[in-house]
Amino acid sequence: MRSSHSQSSGFGLKLAAGLGLAFLHLPILLIFVYAFTAEEKSFQWPPPGFTAKWFAVAWNRPDIWEALTLSVKVASIATAIALVLGTLAAAAVARTRFFGREVVSLLVILPIALPGIVTGIALRSAFSMGDIPFSFWTIILGHTTFCVVVVYNNAVARFRRISGSLIEASMDLGADGLQTFRHVILPNIATALLAGGMLAFALSFDEVIVTTFTAGQQSTLPIWMLEELIRPRQRPVTNVVAMVVVIVTFLPILAAYYMTRDADQIAGSGK
Amino acid sequence: MTASAQTAVLPGRQGAVGRLSDLFWRKPGLLLFLMLTPPLLWLGIVYVGSLLALLLQSFFSIDEFSGLINYEFTLVTYGQLLQPANFDIILRTLLMAAAVTLASAAIAFPIAYYAARFAKGKWKAVFYLGIMLPLWSSYLVKVYAWKLILAKEGILTWLFAKLYLTWLLDGLLAIPVIGGNSLSISYIGTFIVFVYVWLPFMILPVQAALERVPGNLVEASGDLGADPRQTFRYVLFPLALPGIVAGSIFTFSLTMGDYIIPQIVGTSRLFIGQAVYAQQGTAGNIPLAAAFSVVPIVIMGLYLALAKRLGAFDAL
Repeated sequence: MRSSHSQSSGFGLKLAAGLGLAFLHLPILLIFVYAFTAEEKSFQWPPPGFTAKWFAVAWNRPDIWEALTLSVKVASIATAIALVLGTLAAAAVARTRFFGREVVSLLVILPIALPGIVTGIALRSAFSMGDIPFSFWTIILGHTTFCVVVVYNNAVARFRRISGSLIEASMDLGADGLQTFRHVILPNIATALLAGGMLAFALSFDEVIVTTFTAGQQSTLPIWMLEELIRPRQRPVTNVVAMVVVIVTFLPILAAYYMTRDADQIAGSGK
Repeated sequence: MTASAQTAVLPGRQGAVGRLSDLFWRKPGLLLFLMLTPPLLWLGIVYVGSLLALLLQSFFSIDEFSGLINYEFTLVTYGQLLQPANFDIILRTLLMAAAVTLASAAIAFPIAYYAARFAKGKWKAVFYLGIMLPLWSSYLVKVYAWKLILAKEGILTWLFAKLYLTWLLDGLLAIPVIGGNSLSISYIGTFIVFVYVWLPFMILPVQAALERVPGNLVEASGDLGADPRQTFRYVLFPLALPGIVAGSIFTFSLTMGDYIIPQIVGTSRLFIGQAVYAQQGTAGNIPLAAAFSVVPIVIMGLYLALAKRLGAFDAL
């Protein structure tokens, strides 16, 4: 009788778990309310009135569009490079045992295991030592470094599940390396790569700490938001941008979840 | 017999791609080398190279009068870390990181336990996404949301007033050191935001560890007469500990390195991250900034070594 009892959870546990989830989600939902507030100068609650005019104001702000474009560009290129590097490292680590294998996986994970500020200032001091001026590409350099790990985590899990005999069979049947990659390996790892790529994109799109050290004068969307947080100009516009960012980042995460749901867990640990 | 054996061995592949394929097949080490070179070059040169450059800088010092960097090996800069003003920063950051880690573990455990043991089917997905969405949603937006919540005119003050608990809020804020004028400029506020932002990083490994606990262990413990509290203390907690330690790596490391949260929600007293930022930016003292950022690296190194002994890496 005891076992049937232990299958259901106690009320206290349910309450604690539910409250915990609410704690995680309510603050984000609050942003949605604030995007419509009619109050301009403060964060007054409850909002005195509701209006949708801030969406139009935000839409017509060129600085937001510039920041958004830069963020999308950086995230796309960083993700593309990270996909190549991460997949290569994952293929090597998953398929073969070699001397220094542990070092490779440590090296890949290090950029997210160490605090972002360490990565940021390390890159910055390296740039200044090498007299490299800040540019679009220095941002990419920083972002790619920590995006590799996300792709790697997703790809390595998938590579471990592909049976090596599939590749041997393909080669035995006369396919060359390219054909094997194109027709056997790629279809097997495609969803993992897509999921890893989306998460890498989301990570890069949202990154602020490393970016502040590698960006110079340019501002990505997170840098723009940080500026607004420190020196607010038009609070309601920031609310609108925050809400849009929430929606935009939720979509790839949902998509990545549905793509890897049946396979294995999304590499969730670590940013 | 001999004829069939001969045809069983195919001739080598034709063309450049084909011959390369054969070469790689015969010499897997070569392929491995080619696969590893690009990622290792990138991480080795860009990342490790930068880290070493940083380490090097911390052994230089800054000339007090000219403000120029003196490129001679010295430990003076590390000595400066022990000055009261700087040492306070390190101590404050460590205390905050420890408090945030403990609080995250306490809040994360019930969520992780419920998700690992009781959530089935649809609820499993709800819990999974319920943890992943906040984890992956924008860091700045989360911090911003808390600026809205903790503001003096914000929802929390309103809520306390509606519940006739304003005295409680005032009491909290009246506590010396951790209190302040309003939640958004007190250590309590900084602490809440840290816990909120890093909580998912604690839930995931704890959940992974709890999922590996066989259900019949808990039942056996109950059958043998343990009450729920004893089961938790002697069965669940020890088995979840590697997961908690793994999560604490993230909460501790992330709190230690953050400079944005205490800047936006909190007092004007600095944390390590802010000190690094200020030293390399406005103060222009790169060596001291480098020395400051070596502190979290060393602490995390020790922490990781300890965590490895507690088996935290199997729980990741």
